[in-house]
Amino acid sequence: MFVITEERIDGPQVRTDLRDESCGAIVTFKGRVRDHNLGRTVTKLHYEAYRTLAVTEGETILQELRDEYDIHKARAYHRIGELTVTELSFWLGVTAPHRQAAFRACKDGVDRIKDRVPIWKKEYYEDGSSTWINQPSELSTE
Amino acid sequence: MSHHTKEITLSYFASLREKRGQSQETVSTCAETPRELYETLSEDHGFEIPTDSLRVAVNDTFKPWDSALESGDEVVFIPPVSGGDQCL
Repeated sequence: MFVITEERIDGPQVRTDLRDESCGAIVTFKGRVRDHNLGRTVTKLHYEAYRTLAVTEGETILQELRDEYDIHKARAYHRIGELTVTELSFWLGVTAPHRQAAFRACKDGVDRIKDRVPIWKKEYYEDGSSTWINQPSELSTE
Repeated sequence: MSHHTKEITLSYFASLREKRGQSQETVSTCAETPRELYETLSEDHGFEIPTDSLRVAVNDTFKPWDSALESGDEVVFIPPVSGGDQCL
């Protein structure tokens, strides 16, 4: 299940939702907003998604993980909209009978999602400037 | 080769949206492919991202740049995504 949400991601709740008594291993990844980037102090982030394709591509990736690794459940949440420092922007959890598959699938899942899912991030800095990440926009001041 | 115009709806995101100044538009175009369409729009609106750095989706599916466009298609040019640290 790949979820895009404007709501705060409730870490403990999504972890509980992934409870799986048949599995000995659960590996989760939590991505949080960092307070600095590109040598500047970050005040907030804005995440934007091409929502329909982001959900289908996210689901495709989770299915790839289930096909390629001996895992049971794979679930991911990505927050969009405005986030402040330390907020949870992304969460991925994987359950498996054994830990090796869980570790590998989780890492692989995070890497693929960050590489392929059409979600973009704009960072806002303490000096009033802002920039889209990985896009050739100049640092602008609003 | 047909030269009839096609009605294409475009949605823009992120820096392309800011450059274009709007998040959606419908155009009449003779472009046969997403590549031709992007080249035309790029010239008109000064997009700075080359096709090498973009992906394209047609009707909510990733498509090759040289696939055939049809009237009524919905096209999205996808800027490089912001997937966190490239340091792995």
